[in-house]
Amino acid sequence: MNAAKVLDVKGLACPMPIVKTKKAMQELESGDILEVQATDQGAKSDLTAWTKSGGHELMQETEENGVLTFWIKKE
Amino acid sequence: MTVKVMTAKEITRKMMNKEELFILDVRNQDAFQDWHIEGEHFGHLNIPYFELLDGVYDILDQLPTDKDIVVVCAKEPSSVMVADMLSEQGVDVAYLQGGMRAWSEHLEPIKVADLNDGGELYQFVRIGKGCLSYMVISDGEAAVIDPTRMVETFTDFADELDAKIIHVIDTHLHADHISGGRNIAENTNATYFLPPKDATEVTYPYQPLEDGKILTVGATTIDIQALYTPGHTIGSTSFIIDEQYLLTGDILFIDSIGRPDLAGKAEDWVTDLRDSLYRRYKELSEDFIVLPAHFMKIEELNEDGTVAERLGQLYVDNHGLNVEDEATFRTLVTENLPPQPNAFDEIRQTNMGKKNPEEDKQREMEIGPNRCAIQ
Repeated sequence: MNAAKVLDVKGLACPMPIVKTKKAMQELESGDILEVQATDQGAKSDLTAWTKSGGHELMQETEENGVLTFWIKKE
Repeated sequence: MTVKVMTAKEITRKMMNKEELFILDVRNQDAFQDWHIEGEHFGHLNIPYFELLDGVYDILDQLPTDKDIVVVCAKEPSSVMVADMLSEQGVDVAYLQGGMRAWSEHLEPIKVADLNDGGELYQFVRIGKGCLSYMVISDGEAAVIDPTRMVETFTDFADELDAKIIHVIDTHLHADHISGGRNIAENTNATYFLPPKDATEVTYPYQPLEDGKILTVGATTIDIQALYTPGHTIGSTSFIIDEQYLLTGDILFIDSIGRPDLAGKAEDWVTDLRDSLYRRYKELSEDFIVLPAHFMKIEELNEDGTVAERLGQLYVDNHGLNVEDEATFRTLVTENLPPQPNAFDEIRQTNMGKKNPEEDKQREMEIGPNRCAIQ
């Protein structure tokens, strides 16, 4: 997937992954895809819920070797 | 205005004293619906922290001005962030130290009874998860039953009362929480007892706990008599302490009964469960005090915070003990069961010694309510 920006929030605990994702998202254009890499397990459900409440689209998510990766398309 | 800190113990006290408290839970809605802090006079507002990043103005008018407010999240940092924002707006607010994780791990020891010959029986209420553990203390010796993994709470408690833990007992192989039994036994050189039928796959040494076995605690001889009552697991064993207190494990609760599906097929164990509840327990004195290994709802707590009731009363009030027809009972315990506890298979593997997850992973596995019962 072609991400316009990759955000590394590995090692950061809640609420920082979402605080940083929100900030990174503000710098993107509508339709751009943001790739977020996180290790906080809580990020999984929180990022999904945040994406939905913000009207964005969660294109894909994967989990490999403890790293959660999300691809979010900006509204 | 400075943000205050509230501990899980303080919230437990408020719950048991039936005080008022307003909980602003900033976890996501799924997490809140799955599991949250309840109290008879507790109010709730659930707004995820990520919807408050731009400010808390929108929720100010939803907060009471005449009650203590505590902000709660999964671990702590998000609740501190929200509490700080509220405080800047002049709201007098606290956050829960350690978040729901601390809530899940808090144990409140309460004395249940003075035993004959000077012994004491304590119940450890894990208020956030509904697990109940026990300690019998007599004449410098102690036995711990169904301890949770917060082992220092038990060993420190015994130390404070100058008692040496000599027996550690699990009523069955738990599926909803990680047992502290093996750790306590190793740390104190106590003997660890398990029902052999639940222990066929365990990777560590234990002593078999079998029907009719009698253990003593203290020189004054407090009997712990084992009673084989399968149904929740094939090995589930009850105990009678001091000829009066019936520890029912996960077979019989105050307002519900054990579920037979967490370690095998419900159909296979339903007959055992029926036999334990409708025959074995019925042969016992109605005046026995039932002390279960779980509660589900705070309504099951007595005025003093304990979870205990006369066996005779349960045969009147507990729906699960009053299903006359065997086929109806079979349907009740095998169909439309509540969701299974989080990570229950991994928890069983851990309790067998086959898996040894890190502490953080153990915490995560135990998140949520216990879900061991059927109403």
